[in-house]
This record gives sequence, structure tokens and C-alpha cells, in this order.
Amino acid sequence: MKKVRSNIEKRRLVGVSVITLLSTISLLFFGFISPGKDKTTFGFVLNNEWVIIKEWVIASATGAKIFSLIAVVASIIAVLAFRANRKIVIPAAIATFGILMSFITWVASGKFIPFTGLLQGALLLAVPLIFGSMSGLICERSGVINIAIEGQLLASAFVSGVVASLTHKTIWGLIAAPIAGAAISFLLATFAIKFSVDQVILGFVLNVLVIGLTDFLYKKLLVPYQSTWNTAPTFGHIELPILAKIPVLGPIFFSQSIVVYLMFAIVATITFALFKTKWGLRTRAIGEHPTAADTVGIDVNKLRFKNVMIAGLIAGVGGAYYTVGSVGAFGKEMTAGAGFIALAALIFGKWSPIGAVFAALLFGFADNLQSTLTIIGVSIPSEFMLMVPYIATIIAVTGLVGRVRAPAADGVPYLRGGAH
Amino acid sequence: MSLELRGITKTFGSLTANDSINLRVETGQIHAILGENGAGKSTLMNIVYGLLNADSGEILVDEKLVDISEPIDALSAGIGMVHQHFMLIPVFTVAENIILGHEKSSKFGVIDIDAARLAIRKVSKDFGFEVDPDAIVESLPVGIQQKVEIIRALIYEAKVLILDEPTAVLTPQETDELLKTMRELKAKGTSIIFITHKLREVREVADQITIIRRGKVVAAVSPTTSEGELASMMVGRAVDLAPVKHKHQIGEPILVATNLTVRDAMGTAIVKSVNFHVNAGEVLAIAGVQGNGQSELARALINLESHIEGSIKLAGAEIRGSSIYDSLHSGIAFIPESRELDGLVGSFSIAENLILDLHDQQPYAKGINLSASTVLSEAEKRVTEFDIRLQSVSDAVSTLSGGNKQKVVIARELSRPVKVLVASQPTRGLDVGSIEFVHERILAERDQGRGVILFSTELDEVMALADRIAVMYRGEILEIVDSGVTRGELGLLMAGVVTKKASA
Repeated sequence: MKKVRSNIEKRRLVGVSVITLLSTISLLFFGFISPGKDKTTFGFVLNNEWVIIKEWVIASATGAKIFSLIAVVASIIAVLAFRANRKIVIPAAIATFGILMSFITWVASGKFIPFTGLLQGALLLAVPLIFGSMSGLICERSGVINIAIEGQLLASAFVSGVVASLTHKTIWGLIAAPIAGAAISFLLATFAIKFSVDQVILGFVLNVLVIGLTDFLYKKLLVPYQSTWNTAPTFGHIELPILAKIPVLGPIFFSQSIVVYLMFAIVATITFALFKTKWGLRTRAIGEHPTAADTVGIDVNKLRFKNVMIAGLIAGVGGAYYTVGSVGAFGKEMTAGAGFIALAALIFGKWSPIGAVFAALLFGFADNLQSTLTIIGVSIPSEFMLMVPYIATIIAVTGLVGRVRAPAADGVPYLRGGAH
Repeated sequence: MSLELRGITKTFGSLTANDSINLRVETGQIHAILGENGAGKSTLMNIVYGLLNADSGEILVDEKLVDISEPIDALSAGIGMVHQHFMLIPVFTVAENIILGHEKSSKFGVIDIDAARLAIRKVSKDFGFEVDPDAIVESLPVGIQQKVEIIRALIYEAKVLILDEPTAVLTPQETDELLKTMRELKAKGTSIIFITHKLREVREVADQITIIRRGKVVAAVSPTTSEGELASMMVGRAVDLAPVKHKHQIGEPILVATNLTVRDAMGTAIVKSVNFHVNAGEVLAIAGVQGNGQSELARALINLESHIEGSIKLAGAEIRGSSIYDSLHSGIAFIPESRELDGLVGSFSIAENLILDLHDQQPYAKGINLSASTVLSEAEKRVTEFDIRLQSVSDAVSTLSGGNKQKVVIARELSRPVKVLVASQPTRGLDVGSIEFVHERILAERDQGRGVILFSTELDEVMALADRIAVMYRGEILEIVDSGVTRGELGLLMAGVVTKKASA
């Protein structure tokens, strides 16, 4: 009898096939279309770490071959694991890593790759994505779809930039930003929960509202009176003693601005609170089966409202990262779709805080790789480089993510007595 | 603890769901509330439990007036409820479900799940339940899920327990077990309000019966009242509980299913290689507890499922793999399980719903146009023939009552040339009068030489209508028995116990 495959199996099959195909192409292309006799140099030192890791120099052709071979072997293991009906995530991840490294070695032939800087930049690009996905996570776990993450980020980036410019104090910018995020949340919560407006359309409208409003104010206020309104100071880096000196990890994790440390704290707190506390149990309950939560005396809509507001505060801190957390001045539509990527990270991470963080880091890495390679001047057109993050996403989502299940009541307004 | 309701009235728009209802439940009494679907039983209980608020009326617990406006008020007054649709979070464990809403925290706000585990084990032991506190609820059989609900009520010291249609989802054996548990609870002093429309269970377990019809209490009787009397009080007129089945000649096999397997989107087999046939002029009932693959099998018969393997032959011709349109037009009439979801387009008129399947055929279609006048005149004929009670055939079908909606579905399905009628839970949620009509119609089709495949979870319905009965359990047909089988044997089969070798 013909073997019938389930949709999940089919997807895994597609994932395994694509990775095997890419590994093979990678070996043939990067391995054998030689970039010449040049060498690729990887640098690991960023600051004054305790142990100075020497630069690693490898002949580009050899390196590309070795990494591709690793990828091919790993993808063969993935195929075998698939046929034996075992997990394919680890070999598939190794294969992906091999392909990437092979590509980097090949493309940066004769150039210097600041490896630690590449990872540090990836984390920094992931910061707003992580804040955004945490905002989405808290909303969706409570049963409210939050498409307005983009609007929350942009509004709070604007407000924190303006407030910090006017007060000349970064801290006021950081305090004002969550309030702006919460203001957007208030609109979302009021219309979605109180008036049962379609949450997807509502979120979209809120995004358009914020974009229009900030564009207008930017043009009429921030550009003409820049010296008063748009010269926000920025937070300095706080080097954690000892930890910051660890090679590679130190510069990446322990020499950052306060916003990044806040992010670590928020992710840890949400993970703990969601799965261990009363608030978390109730939040998950109202996102799955609000009627059941109601019958045991939980005020579903009140808790949803509260959680959407919390989500706004969190997204607000992420918005502050754009201005006082990094560059200072506000730029027109400076979030550039990060809110939507954050939403993708949330889904890719299966609505779990840790999953969303890893997804955001992956997106951040792909994004940063593309800009790093453009900066060091590789021969590939930057338009193609811009595709890298999205190709990575598609492969990851089709092949590697298992069963994805949204909270059962996600996006469904709760009205009591609807059952009978 | 005693519970008294005085003059409870609740209206939804122009509909009076509860009309000054008075009710008294004594301590340690099993008080049955009997009524048809839509009589207002669930509304009344939702008021007692604080999910709905009455327009007027009083609730007294132990002779003291209590104000119940939220479920939490009911819980603190000692009222617990096991809902018809379980109020459990499917992805939570049993223990998580039980502490939800009553969480106690230890250090750093971490919820204390161990105390809940202990409490669950204790109550389970007292009543001989076998419930694992760490099992994920959605992986448990419905009978156990219901026990989780009962355990929850007991842990929070409910003195009055409301059971809303608790037997609807249970096998006959699970029902017997539940009735036993109810008696044990009663012996320990818990008062029980038992909501149902099943007469047999009421007479078996109740101390007092209150009958509700159209929102009003119409009678308060003792359990010695006969089933016939109870039924007529429920409906408001004399009813014939058992339809008359004429003996007649059964013909040749008209639909034959061989090695039929149905899979869901994940590739799991929901129906596992079943074999059966139905003869012309015969009712083959497919019985079983809800969720054993019957819905999928019914849908597969008209190719409404995506992954079907095996063979379905209608009058000798293979129909598996043909389109739904072709399946229907080759001579299968299909009454879907949910008339609102799958049987009708709610916002379309009654007349339009009557020709959903024939809109592209003569005489309704004229070129690319639909002949509105023919649609209307044909609709009038159907309405008379099937006794559909309505204001106008141009009204939206969603304005009709459940029984009349079902008549629209049946009228439409029988307006094509039919060889086999596939009816999936055709009387679910209908009032007794409409059930009578549907039963008569099914038997009429049989008497006219058509094959009828009746999917039903109602044992009484199966026993009354079927010539042969196939019992489905976990996607397989365990056995096909003839109509002489006893309820007990059927009940065992429905629970997956095979007593003798397959006879057909």
C-alpha cells in the first residue's frame, strides 16, 4: 500500500530536501568555483578581552569546501533521521550553519570578517524584535491578536526621542517610551475587548495611524526645529565587571546599553511568570478557553485588558531602543517593519518566549550578515543580500518548526453567554 | 444545603427564556429538571451559577437570600456546576485545571501545584475515580474529563452540584457509573440538580422531577411517573415514543463500502479500514459514542473528506474519489451532522436553501439566470409536503427553529432522485415533535426501497429505527448486529467490548 504522509511529514520532507539540495549546491558552487588563492580572515577581538583570540586565517577555497562538506554530511544525517522518524532539528541546524559558513568564507575571500562584531550586531538588531515579540506574546497568549506591534514600536521611538531631546536626559526618554506604547495598547484594548472590533483590521489601522502621525510631526516639527526636538542623547555602554572581559561572549552580552539588559530581564521574567505564576496560568487560560476561565471566577476581559497594556509597556521599551538606546535622533518610519518581523518571530517561536528570542536572533543575524558583507564590499549585489533573512526564514519555517498551534481563543472576543 | 429559586425571570429580546420559575432543592436530594432543548433549562442553571443575571427573582441558599451575579459568587455560596460543554482548558493538566481560579502561591509567586495533586488524589480515592493529576486534559476520555469537573466541584466544597446534560457524551456504561457516583454524593449529603431530557435516567436516579416547557415550570412530579406521561408533559401533547416500523422485504445491497479508511490532515487514520453494506429498503444504523470516527465516515460517503482510501460502490459503480457534486447527484442524500454549519446557508432564504444543490439544473436554471419564480413556487410545494412552519419562503433560513431547519435540509436532500440516504445525527438538538417527524420520514424512505445509513449516538433512536446496527469504536466497526440486540449488549460494544464473534 502507498505510504500516506501527513502534512507535518510532508513539510519536514520539504525541509530536509531543501537543506540537502542547498548543501550540495553549496559544495559544488562555493567549493569548486574557486575564489582564487586568497585567504579569508576571521577576527574575534572587539575590545580588550582577557584572552586575546588570534585571528583565524584560512584559504578561502579550502574553507568553503570544508564547511560545505560539513553541511552535506549533516544533511545526510538529517535525511537518515527523517527516515527513522527521529528529530531533524540538530543535524538540520548544523547543515544550515555549514552552508552559511561556507558562503561567508567564499564570499569574503581576501577580506576580514569581524566575527564577534557580526554576532554582537545580530543581537543588537534583534533587540527591538525581541521586545516586539514579547509584546505580541503576552497579547496572543491572552487571546488578543496584536498586529499593532509596529505602531507601538514607532510611537514609542518617536516619543522617547522627543522627550529625551527636550529634557536632555536619556532616562526621561526611557520612561516616556513605555507610556507611548501603552497608549497604543489602550486603543487596541478598548476597541478589541470592549467593542469586539476585528483585531487584525484594528491593529493594521493603528499602524497606519502611528505612521501618519509620526511622519507628519517629523516633517513639521522634528526637521525644522531639529536642535530642540530631535537631538536625543543616548545611553552609554555599561560594561559588567569581569563578565565583559570574557572573549567573544563578553562584548556580545556584557557590554551593552541598559535597554539590552532590560531585555534580558524582561524575557526571563515573562518566561518565569507565564509558566510558574498565578498570573501566567490565568493568562494562558483566557487565551485557550475564556469561558472556562470565566466559570471559575476569572474576569476574562479585565485580565485581557491588563495584559494588552503590559504588552504596550514592553513594546515601548523596545521603541526607546531605536532612539535613546542606539542612535539618538528619530528618523522617519525608522522601525521599518520590525513589528511585523517580531510577529513572525513570535509565530516561528511557537508562542513561547525562548522560541521567539531564538527566532528574533536568527532574523537579526541574517540581517546583520547582509549589512556586514555589504560593508566589507563583497561582489554580490546588495539586493540579493537583502533576501538572505527571508530565505533563512522560509527554510526554517518549512523544515524545522514542528507543529505550530496558536492559543485556541487567539483573536476571538469574549462575550459571556455566547454558548446558549 | 438547600437551594430555592423564587420567581426567576429572564428574557432575551422578545423571547422569555425563563418565566417566573420556582424551584426548591432539598439537602441531599437529586432533583431532576426535565425539558426539551430550548425549554430554558440551561438558561436557568446559568443564572444560578452567575453566568447570566436574571431580570427578576431571588435565589436562596439554606433559606438565606444570596446575590449571585458572577460565577465566583456561586462558588462561594457552595454551588458547583458541571457544564454540558466541559469548562476545562484542554492543554492544561488536570491539576492546573483544578487550581485555576483558586491558585495558592508559595515563594516568589510560584503556584503550589502539589497541594492540588494531593487534593485530587484524596477525592479520587474517596469516590474510586482513577484520575492522574498530571495528565493533559485533552488526552483523557470524556468520561474522565467529566470526573475532573466533578472532582473540582468537590474540592471547592460544593454542597449543591449542578449537572447540565451530563450523560450526553457518555457511553451507557459511563452513564451507569455516573448515576452511581450521583447516589454516593447524595449519601454524603450533596444536593444535585440533574438537567436532562433522557427519561430513563431521570426515573432511575431522581428523587423529585420538575418539568420545564417554554420557560415555565409545568409540573413537579415523582419519579414513579411513567415515561409516556413525562414525555407528554415535556412536549405538551401526547407523543408516540416508539415509531411504528413495518415489516417488509429487504432488497439487494445498494451501497457497499470496502476497506474504507479516512485520515485527518495529520495523516492519522480516523476511520480504520471498515467494511459494511446497506441493502435497499433497510436502515443500517452506525452507533457509537461521539468521536469514534462516525462523523468522518459519514462525510467520507459523499467524498467530503480529503484523505479517503478503499472503495465505496453505489449500485455497483465506484464513487470514491468523485466530486461531492457527482456523489450527491449519483443518488446519495446527505443530512449533515450540523445543519447550521454544513446543512444550510443561514443568511440565504428558505427557498434558496431548498435548491442549493439544484440551482444549475432545470427548471431552476435558465441559461445563466436563476428563475426566481420557479424557485419560489417549488419552495411552496416543499414547504407543504414537509410541513415546514414559517412565515414566508423568502425569509432567511436562520430565522427558523431547529426542527424546521432540519426539515428544510431533509426536503432539499430528498428532492433529488435518491438511492441511499445518509443521515448523520439527524435528530440532535430537536424537540420531540420534530424527532417524530424525522423518524417517520426515515422509515418512509426505507419503506420505499431506499437504503438508509443512520449515524446516531442515541441508543433509543438506533434501537427504534435500525434493521441492522454497526457499532463503531475508535475508528473501527467492531461488530454488525441485527436489531434484536439488547441495550446492554449494545452498550458493551459501544465501550469497545466484543462479546461474540462478528455475525455479519
